[in-house]
Amino acid sequence: MKVVGKPRPVSPRWGRRLGAFVFLGPGVAYLAVLLLVPLALILSYTVFRRGRFGGIVYEFTTENFSRLFDPLYLDVVLTSIKLATLTTVFALLLGYPTAYLIARLPRTWKTVALVAIVLPFWTNFIIRVYAWTILLSGPGLINSALGTQMELLYNHGAIVTGLLYSYLPLMVLPLYAAIEKLDPQLREASANLGASAFTTFRRVTLPLTLPGVATGCLFVFVPSFGNFVIPEILGGGRTATVGTLIRAEFLKSRDWPFGSTLALAVILVLIVLLVIQSWVSRRG
Amino acid sequence: MSRIRYTRRLPVVVVATGLALAVAACGGESSTDSAKPAPSAAAQLDAKADLSKQSLTVTVWPGYTPKELAEKAKAELKVSKVDIVEHDTNETAMAKLTTQAGESIDVAFVSGQYAQALNEQGLLEPIHPELIPNLSNLYPEATQLSYDKGNKFSVPYTWGTTGICYRSDLVKAEPKSWNDILKPPAWADKKVTMLATERWLALPALKVLKFSVNTTKDEEIAKAKELLLAAKPHVIYDDVTFGQKLQSGEAVMSEAWDGWCPTTDAKKNIKFVVPSEGSDLWVDTMVIMKSSKNKEAAHALINYILNPEIHSWAAANINYKVPNKAAMDKVEVPEGSLLGISPAELLNGEAAIDLGEASVKYTRLSTEVAAK
Repeated sequence: MKVVGKPRPVSPRWGRRLGAFVFLGPGVAYLAVLLLVPLALILSYTVFRRGRFGGIVYEFTTENFSRLFDPLYLDVVLTSIKLATLTTVFALLLGYPTAYLIARLPRTWKTVALVAIVLPFWTNFIIRVYAWTILLSGPGLINSALGTQMELLYNHGAIVTGLLYSYLPLMVLPLYAAIEKLDPQLREASANLGASAFTTFRRVTLPLTLPGVATGCLFVFVPSFGNFVIPEILGGGRTATVGTLIRAEFLKSRDWPFGSTLALAVILVLIVLLVIQSWVSRRG
Repeated sequence: MSRIRYTRRLPVVVVATGLALAVAACGGESSTDSAKPAPSAAAQLDAKADLSKQSLTVTVWPGYTPKELAEKAKAELKVSKVDIVEHDTNETAMAKLTTQAGESIDVAFVSGQYAQALNEQGLLEPIHPELIPNLSNLYPEATQLSYDKGNKFSVPYTWGTTGICYRSDLVKAEPKSWNDILKPPAWADKKVTMLATERWLALPALKVLKFSVNTTKDEEIAKAKELLLAAKPHVIYDDVTFGQKLQSGEAVMSEAWDGWCPTTDAKKNIKFVVPSEGSDLWVDTMVIMKSSKNKEAAHALINYILNPEIHSWAAANINYKVPNKAAMDKVEVPEGSLLGISPAELLNGEAAIDLGEASVKYTRLSTEVAAK
């Protein structure tokens, strides 16, 4: 009998190299072109001057960095941190019990619940944000249902509501994964040893799901920090955030170097957060 | 062994590739304002040039010219090709026109102050009036625009002004002054929208203070900032959807570009007024790039667009006034339409001119207003 497609003898080392090249090549090329080049560009733009109509003039300057410490922009950064932190805290408070509940549902309901969590992602983001203006506006649904005249739109509350609504699933999913993995016997053992439900949660469940908490917080904080659509639509353009500022620098003021410097500052914040998250995960 | 070495080196290789590509990308762009050649002399153009050997690339805002313009112009002018490319904003157009990408463009549509800036950089071909006989269709006022008196390097395509667009059934008193926007009465609190785009954000305050919309004096801009900050708790900023907000009643007064104010709405409850302190005059223009190799065809295209049949399209279809008397005479002005604003009234407005490096003062102003 003839063996079809018998592999040619290749030295195992070359085979591995070839394999690594074939499988890693496209990914590496993709990352190099679409991630590292833009990053390198952002990094290089931060030390040059702006062209009068946008673009870059290749004259070295450190002005962009000193501008970063202008109280005006520090204020903007602080506002963004405040909004993102509030969003993350609310997402955690809402997300943890939700994830806990889903993890303890019977299998079929689990799937249904998870699909329901992800379902909003199937609709366009902008449309969902605009929908909130209908709910929150002066003569909107909430006020007319309650018969009140509350000011719900165009303030920080509206921005946090929008961010929370948009990114809550990013909190629930990693938390669910962490809680689901937890061996129920640990909780039973804790109860058998006389711990109350609260103590079990505090001493067993929470510490073991902390990596999930860290991941969830990161997933919510990061996009909330940089978002510009929600502050624009639900904030009525009355709140400047890092996201709206970077967008304005690139598209309205066409100050690419300063926009890049702001973007770099955001990236640095994210790196710090990633380090914290990986530290928490390793400890867990 | 080999495998470990291979994967260890991988990030280095990736970073090196990334940097190499980035450097290559940087090198590809030319610096935009290090050299500022003076506007140079007009090229020698041949009125009888064979246009069939010329092709045109035009950059314009989406939906700003008739859909079939490229096709019709190609047939009419007998040029070999007409390509229409688009830009969303003046700023993107400028980014395109001031770098190498601009060399492929023959005709560009930009606002007046941007045409002025392009001309100052020596990037525009002077208009050769003998190649554009249809210039005679323009209103006399359209040759007296402050950024380019005598249409030396630009030909106006549309023009208009900024004012207050309001719900006549919901306001308790008709707005007359920019103060109605900046210090809204209690019944209009938070039901007023302002434009957030830099120069227009400052416009109402500058006009109330009787300053020029083109001021670059720090103390004048600082005074305007005070007024704008005082207004902030009472207004919403909206550049895009104020028309809808007025229609829904969520807003009762809006600082608005005339073409964006839905006065012809079926309910007839939306009106437009130019406040007593005066306003601005904006003009969108057509310019020919110095680098164009198809200048005769470019002039022929502008001449073609100035035909009343073509130019009236903008007024009839997208509700923009055109500075072309012959074209406006052809247009039926519907009741309530702002197309009725006369050229003389428009010329009362102060035309925005390019502020050069001082324009960053307005950028900072708008960030300060947003951040406080």
